Amino acid sequence: MSESPLTGTRRWAASPRGGGLLALAAVIALLPLVLGNNYFYEIAILVALNAIVCVGLNLLIGYAGQISLGHAGFFALGGYGSAILSGSYGWPSWLSMPASCAAVGVLAFVVGRPTLRLKGHYLAMATLGLGVIVSIVLSTEDRITGGPDGMSVPPLALFGWALHGEHTWYWIAGAALLLAVWLALNLIESPVGRALRALHGSEIAAETVGIASARYKLKVFVISAVFAAVAGAMTAHYAGFITPVKASFMHSVELVIMVVFGGMASVFGAVVGAAVLTTLPQLLTVLKDYEMMVFGAVLIATMVFFPQGIVPTMARWLARARR
Amino acid sequence: MSLLAVENVSKAFGGVLAIEGVSFDIEPGAVHSIIGPNGAGKTTLLNMLTGIYVPDAGSIRLDGRELRGEPTHRFAAAGIGRTFQNLQVFFNMSALQNVMTGRHLRERCSLFAAMLRTPALTRAEASCLEVARGLLRRVGLAEYEHAASDAMPYGALKRLEIARALAAEPQVLLLDEPAAGLNQTEAREINVLIKSLAAEGTTVILVEHNMKLVMDVSDHVLVLDHGRKLAEGTPAAIASNPLVIEAYLGVDDDPKTPAASPPEGISALLGRPGEGGAWHA
Repeated sequence: MSESPLTGTRRWAASPRGGGLLALAAVIALLPLVLGNNYFYEIAILVALNAIVCVGLNLLIGYAGQISLGHAGFFALGGYGSAILSGSYGWPSWLSMPASCAAVGVLAFVVGRPTLRLKGHYLAMATLGLGVIVSIVLSTEDRITGGPDGMSVPPLALFGWALHGEHTWYWIAGAALLLAVWLALNLIESPVGRALRALHGSEIAAETVGIASARYKLKVFVISAVFAAVAGAMTAHYAGFITPVKASFMHSVELVIMVVFGGMASVFGAVVGAAVLTTLPQLLTVLKDYEMMVFGAVLIATMVFFPQGIVPTMARWLARARR
Repeated sequence: MSLLAVENVSKAFGGVLAIEGVSFDIEPGAVHSIIGPNGAGKTTLLNMLTGIYVPDAGSIRLDGRELRGEPTHRFAAAGIGRTFQNLQVFFNMSALQNVMTGRHLRERCSLFAAMLRTPALTRAEASCLEVARGLLRRVGLAEYEHAASDAMPYGALKRLEIARALAAEPQVLLLDEPAAGLNQTEAREINVLIKSLAAEGTTVILVEHNMKLVMDVSDHVLVLDHGRKLAEGTPAAIASNPLVIEAYLGVDDDPKTPAASPPEGISALLGRPGEGGAWHA
């Protein structure tokens, strides 16, 4: 029981949780060395913000086995909520962001409570509907949201300092991603995380060991919605602009693809998925007309050669090579 | 007073009456077996005792508290644990994690404590891990501690389910065919395990086709046939009950061998306590 703090720290660093977290921190710290100009910084920031959504969404899809096709709705609502509160009502952004994210959490709770009690694909249907509704409301309520053209968002300000520029935002987004990954890893290795995985493994067995399945599905749904809202609000303040496209069905599908591509039930998989699928379209722009074809081919090839997603499949290869 | 009181429960699927007006009482700290030919309604009954099916009529009381109509996790919280005939292992977790998940009811953990990994949670997790390790040893699976559950042999998975159910410290443990598909050695190990559980005060309800096991471990046997209670009593009384013999072997139309005759051959077939002659359906 009496273990020195040093060996404790070492053991933490050697565990997949601690080691992965350290590796991610190292990547974030060293990446600026190779980021040549602001354009690369911008992509890195988008990667980090998308990864936050995917880490949350992966808790829902990969661990609890529930599909949401409406997370872009939560993402956009997080952004619009903070934009409207700070832009139109003059709230300080450090207050408008958490308020907006909390409101999204409440919305997810209200929507999830009736739908998560249903079995099968009803959650996918309901969240799909929610996403569509959000997208329509944001486009049509133009007096509040600026309509299809979107609205401008005041910069994030902390104690009177406005946070501008790619370099500042890189560190904000990087820190937020580290925090999101840390929270998600903690959650998975807790009794709550085991309950979620149990639901995915066998819902009936989970119930017979006392896990209230509906309540746990609702919890993880709300958490994943809040992760999306946080990333949405940060994206809006960073870009200084937000449009209803952020709530579109296609954006929801992109988020799900990132999770599946990187690897379900793998926090780092979600990060890798977001990184690859945010960067790839940027790289493929040189192909012009063939961009979407090559993008699709990459997706198909990945699912053929990495059937469980990139990170879990590679982890399996590594384990086999070591044996 | 009985621990578990089942009164007049019925369950129909469409027009088929799977269970019809079955009543029985379970006394604490004993091994109760439920036997009967295939399709007699044994698993349906277990599913009602764990809230997976809601009986159409009747009542299920644990310690005097009505549970009928409650969701499955409330049955578990009330103190009823179970294993499954067709395995329901969490194949996405290691053996140890399966058992730790079984501790769910014994742990209090808020969402925020989980995400922030508070020191209190770290301590609780360490003790949960110790208990789970102890349970794996208890059921003879110490060597599988770090094994991925989808890489474990069938017999080990059967015992893993028992360890997982025990982790919740249930008052009543329902075992649905724990020896099905096991070889003789493995079945004997299950036999020893059930006896030791009962000796420690766990009330066991056993559904099993291995008559040797049933006759050896049971204090009390309930026989179901076509969804109705056919007989109940001590293993010896059941083994010589003409109604039971008839249900298992059918009525003999030949008057020269009356069905109710002293059942030497029959009791060998059903198995007497401590004797050979396992009978499989």
